[in-house]
Amino acid sequence: MANIIEMPKLSDTMTVGTLVKWLKKEGDAVKTGDMLAEVETDKATMELESFFDGTLLSIFVKAGSQVPLGAALCAIGKPGEKVDAPASAAPQAAAPASKAPAAPPTPAPAAAEAKPAPAPKAATPTPAAAPAPAPAPESGERQKISPLARKLAAEKGVNTAGISGSGPGGRIVRVDILAAPAGGAGKKGAPAVAYAGTAKGPVQEDKVVPVSNIRGIIAKRLVESKTQIPHFYLDVEVDAGPLLELRAQLNTALEKEGVKLSVNDFVLKASAEALRRVPAVNCSWEETAIRHHPAAHVSFAVAIEDGLITPVIRDAHLKTLFAISTEAKSLGKRARDKKLAPAEFTGGTFCVSNLGMMGIDRFSAIINPPNAAILAVGATVRKPVVKGDQVVIGQRMTLTLSVDHRVVDGAVGATFLSALRELLEKPALLLL
Amino acid sequence: MNASLSADQKIGLYRLMVRIRRFEERSLRAYQAKKIGGFLHLYIGQEAVAVGCCSLMGKDDHVITAYRDHGHAIAVGMELNPLMAELYGKVTGCSKGKGGSMHFFDPSRNYWGGHGIVGGQVPLGAGLAYGLKYKGLKGACMTFMGDGAVNQGAVHEAYNLAALWDLPVIFVIENNGYSMGTSQARSSAGDLARRAEGYGMAWGVCDGHDLYEVRAFMAPFLEKARQQCKPAVVEIRTYRYRGHSVADPDNTYRAKAEIEEYRRTKDPIQVFQNLLIAEKVLDEAAVEKIDAEARAEADVSADFAEASPFPTAADLQKDVYWESDNPSKRTSEGRLFFN
Amino acid sequence: MPVLQYREAIRQALAEELTRDPNVVVLGEEVAQFHGAYKVTEGLLEKFGPKRIVDTPISEAGFIGMGLGASMLGVRPVIELMFWSFYSVAFDQILNNAANVRYMSGGQINCPIVIRGPANGGTNVGATHSHTTENVLAHHPGVKVVVPSTAYDAKGLLKSAIRDNDPVFFLENTILYGDKGEVPADDYLIPLGKADVKRVGTDLTIVSYGRAVIQSLAAANLLQQEHNISVEVVDLRSIRPLDIDTVLSSVRKTHRVLVVEEQKPFCGVGAQLAYMIQSEAFDDLDGPIARLSTIDAPAIYSPPAEAEQLPNPQRILKAAIEALA
Repeated sequence: MANIIEMPKLSDTMTVGTLVKWLKKEGDAVKTGDMLAEVETDKATMELESFFDGTLLSIFVKAGSQVPLGAALCAIGKPGEKVDAPASAAPQAAAPASKAPAAPPTPAPAAAEAKPAPAPKAATPTPAAAPAPAPAPESGERQKISPLARKLAAEKGVNTAGISGSGPGGRIVRVDILAAPAGGAGKKGAPAVAYAGTAKGPVQEDKVVPVSNIRGIIAKRLVESKTQIPHFYLDVEVDAGPLLELRAQLNTALEKEGVKLSVNDFVLKASAEALRRVPAVNCSWEETAIRHHPAAHVSFAVAIEDGLITPVIRDAHLKTLFAISTEAKSLGKRARDKKLAPAEFTGGTFCVSNLGMMGIDRFSAIINPPNAAILAVGATVRKPVVKGDQVVIGQRMTLTLSVDHRVVDGAVGATFLSALRELLEKPALLLL
Repeated sequence: MNASLSADQKIGLYRLMVRIRRFEERSLRAYQAKKIGGFLHLYIGQEAVAVGCCSLMGKDDHVITAYRDHGHAIAVGMELNPLMAELYGKVTGCSKGKGGSMHFFDPSRNYWGGHGIVGGQVPLGAGLAYGLKYKGLKGACMTFMGDGAVNQGAVHEAYNLAALWDLPVIFVIENNGYSMGTSQARSSAGDLARRAEGYGMAWGVCDGHDLYEVRAFMAPFLEKARQQCKPAVVEIRTYRYRGHSVADPDNTYRAKAEIEEYRRTKDPIQVFQNLLIAEKVLDEAAVEKIDAEARAEADVSADFAEASPFPTAADLQKDVYWESDNPSKRTSEGRLFFN
Repeated sequence: MPVLQYREAIRQALAEELTRDPNVVVLGEEVAQFHGAYKVTEGLLEKFGPKRIVDTPISEAGFIGMGLGASMLGVRPVIELMFWSFYSVAFDQILNNAANVRYMSGGQINCPIVIRGPANGGTNVGATHSHTTENVLAHHPGVKVVVPSTAYDAKGLLKSAIRDNDPVFFLENTILYGDKGEVPADDYLIPLGKADVKRVGTDLTIVSYGRAVIQSLAAANLLQQEHNISVEVVDLRSIRPLDIDTVLSSVRKTHRVLVVEEQKPFCGVGAQLAYMIQSEAFDDLDGPIARLSTIDAPAIYSPPAEAEQLPNPQRILKAAIEALA
C-alpha cells in the first residue's frame, strides 16, 4: 500500500500551506530524510521531508497550490503499486470531547409576552396580562425594585404596581413592601380624570402619570394585534326577547338557591356552543400553520383598576349554563381582587367582551392574539322592530364579531355568527 | 570512568542514544500530522550530553532541565509510551496530558522536568541541591540550561546562592550554538562557563559529541559536588540538527552546509558507534538490530498514544492543589475554585 | 491569656513550627542576624541556629526559586519577602513555578512552601513599596492566599499555612505588627478558608480583610454611636480558599453589604466578592453591593493624602450610610 504524504503542520499556528516547488518528480527514488518539496507556511518557507523510502509514485498537488493541512500531496511506494485517489481533506486529529456551550437561555417571557403570531410550538396563548403579585415588567416603564423587595412582595401578595419607592431613584425597597397593605397597592399612578376642570389657582399643570405595568402591557399587545391582524367585522342584531324571558324564569325559580344568571352568562354559553358547531373559528394563526383547538376555552373581559383582564372558562363547551355562570362570577370577583393565577387568565381560545351594562349599543373589539375572533356585546335595547308586517317594540342586542381574516373568511364568520344568534334566539337550546 | 563500563553497559548507552533519536524523529512526524500541538523542541544531535551526564547519576543525584527535555527524560529511564502519549495530550501521558512536550517529569527517577521559561528552572535546580544538603544526602543536582539561558537574571542569582552557600549543584550549559535564532556570538558577552569565575566557582568546557568524553569530563565535577558540596558551571558544546522548535525555519541563521558538516563528522551516535565497533562491542548486525528496535519502539509508542483517550473536562481541575486531590486529608475550608 | 503583638504572634508561630518539624526553614533578607527588617524573626537565630534561620542575599527570584526546588524534595521553607511589593522580581518563580509545577507534572509534585511578608500602604513608602498583592496572587489556581488582621488570627493561620502541602502566600501588614491582642500560648490552628465574624450586627454587612477590618470596626463603632446603625463585620481571613458562605449568611441577615478593601478597584478582591454575592444572594439584596476601595492611583507619598487614599473610618462611615439608602 503506498504511503500518502499529506500537507504537514510545520508551525503551531499553520492552517494552510502553499506547495511552492517540487524537488522530486514522479518516478524519482526517495529515501527517508530526502526533501520532497518546498512548502510555504504562515511563518516561513520550509522543506517537506520524507519519512519513507520508495518511489514517488504520484503527485496530487501542482506547484503553486495552496491546500489545507492534511490534504494529500503525493504518494510514495513501490513502483507499480496502486495508489488510491486521495479523498478530500485527511481526517483531522480528534479534538478532545468538550461540552458544547449551552445555548443562551431565552429569557422566560413574562405572562404578557406571547407574540401575536406564535412560533409553531405549543405556546401558551396569553391575552392581557394580570398584575400578578410580582411580575417582571417587560414593557412600559421598568419598575425599580430591589431583589429582596420583589421577593417579599411576591410572598406577601403585594401589588408593586402602585407603590412609591423610598430608595434611590424611586427604587422600591424592603421597607416599602413591609409598609404596603397585603394584596393592595398605593394609589400612585391613578390617571387623572380628564383635565383639572376649573382650577382654583392661576396655574394649571398637566399631570404626567407614569404608565403602570398593566397599562403598558395592554398597550403593547393591542398595538401588536391591531397592526398585525387583518380585522374584519360582522354585525348581527339578536332578538333578545326569548333570552330575557328564559333568564327571568330561571332566576325567579332558582332565587332561593342564590342563582342569578346574567345575560352575559347566556352569551358565554352560546359562544361555546357556537364554537363547537363552527370549529373553524376556534383556531389560531401560526404563520405556516393553523392550529385548531379541540376545546372551547372562552374568556371574558373584566374591567379592573387601571386596565382589564380576561379570565378564562376552560372547556366551556362541556359546562352547563349554571356552571359557567358560577365560574364567571367567581373569576370576575377574583379578577377585580387581583387574585387570579396565571393559569386562570391564559389559554383562552375565544373572547367575549360585553359593554352592554355600560350602555353601549354596539362596538368592535380588538382581537386578543392568538385567538381568531372576539365578540363584542352591546346593550339590550327596546326599539321598534318589524314583526310580520307590523312595527312593534322589541328587545334587540347587537353582537359584533371581529375576525382574523388570515384564519377565518367572511362566510365562516357569518356562519358562526348565525349559529350564535340562533342559539341566543332559541335559548332553550342552551339548556341541553 | 569509562573503562569500568561493561560491554552491556556500553551497548545500553548506545541504545539509549538511538532510542532518543528515533523517538524525536517519530514525534516530529506526529507533529506534522497534527497529532501534537503547541511547541516541540527536538534533541536530535545532542544525545550524548543527556545520556552521558545522566549515566553518571547515583541514587541521590537529581536532574532538572529546560524545555528541550525529551532526551533527559529518556536518559533517566522513562518509558516511551507515556512520553509520546504526553505529546499527544492524552490522559495516559506522563503528566496526564497536562504538561505537554516541555513538561516531562518523573520524581521517582529524580527527574524534575521540563520547564518552559528560559532560565526559570535554574533556581529550582539550586533548590534541589539545597534540599539535598539540608537533608544531609550525598547527592548533586545537574541543572541543565541552554546557551541562551546564561544571560537571565535568575540564573545569576542561582549562581551566587550556589557559590555563597556551597550547594551541590552542577550548572550544565548545553551550548548548541544558538539561542533560538541568535548565535552565541550575537547574544553573550564573554565565555559562558568562565562567568563562574566571577562567583568563585569551578568551571570547565568540553565537547559533547563523544559520549566517553562527556562522562570523563563530568564525573569529577559530580564527585566534588557530592562529597564536598562544591558547585560548578560546565559548558558542553553540542549541536542540534533541527530548528529551535519544529516551527523554526533555521535557514535564517545558519547554513545547511554547517548542519551537514556536523552530521558527517560529529554525530554523537555515529561517533559512539564507531568507537564501539572498534572496541568490538558492536557489529553491523547489532547496529541494525538496535536501530530497527528503536524505530519499532517509537512506532509502538505512537500507536499507544493514538489509542489513548484525552483528558475530559472533569480532569481539568485535578492536580491543581494537593489538598483538593487528597480530600480526606484536607484541613482548609471554603472554596478553592471559582467557576 | 497572654497579650502579644501581631509580630510576636507570628514569631511564636514560626518558633513552634520550627520546633515541631525539622524540615521547616526560615529564609529571607535580614531575617537572621538583623533580627528581621520589622523584627518579626527577632531571636530566632539564637534559638534555632544558622541552618534553620538563613539570611539570603538580595535575589528574590534566586532564593524563592531555590526554596521552591528544595520544597520538591520535602523541605518546608518559610520565605520572607521584606515587602510583598518585591514579588514582581520573582514573579516567574512564584506564579509560573509555584502555582503550576504540580499541574504540569500531572500531580506528581507538590510544593509546600510559605512566602510571608507585609503587603500594605499607609506608611508613606511610595508607589513601589505599597502594593497589596492578594488579588494578583489569588488569581492563580494552585496557590493559597491568607491575610490575617489580628495577632490571634496571625498565629493560628501561619501555623496552618506552614503545615499545608500547597504553596501558601501569607500577607501581613507593617502597621498591624504592633497591634496587640490575646494570643493563647498553646498550639492552636485556624483552618485556611474560614472567615470570622468580628462584630455582630443587623443593618449592614461589611466584608473585609486585613487592616481594612480594623478600620471597619472603628467605623462600625462610630456608626452605632452617631447613627444608631448596627453593622456586622465579616473578616475573610483567607482569600483563597474563600469562605463565601459566612459572607452570604450575613448578607441574608442584613440584606445590605459594603465591601471594604485596601485594594485598587480594577480586578480587586472586592470585584470577585461582588460577583459571588450577587450571584448567590441576589434575592436577599435590598440594594446594590457597595464597595470602598483604595483610590485608583499609584500609592501617593504625601502622608495626609495617602491616608485619604486608603479606606479609613471616615470614608467607611460615609460609604456605609450610602449603602443603606
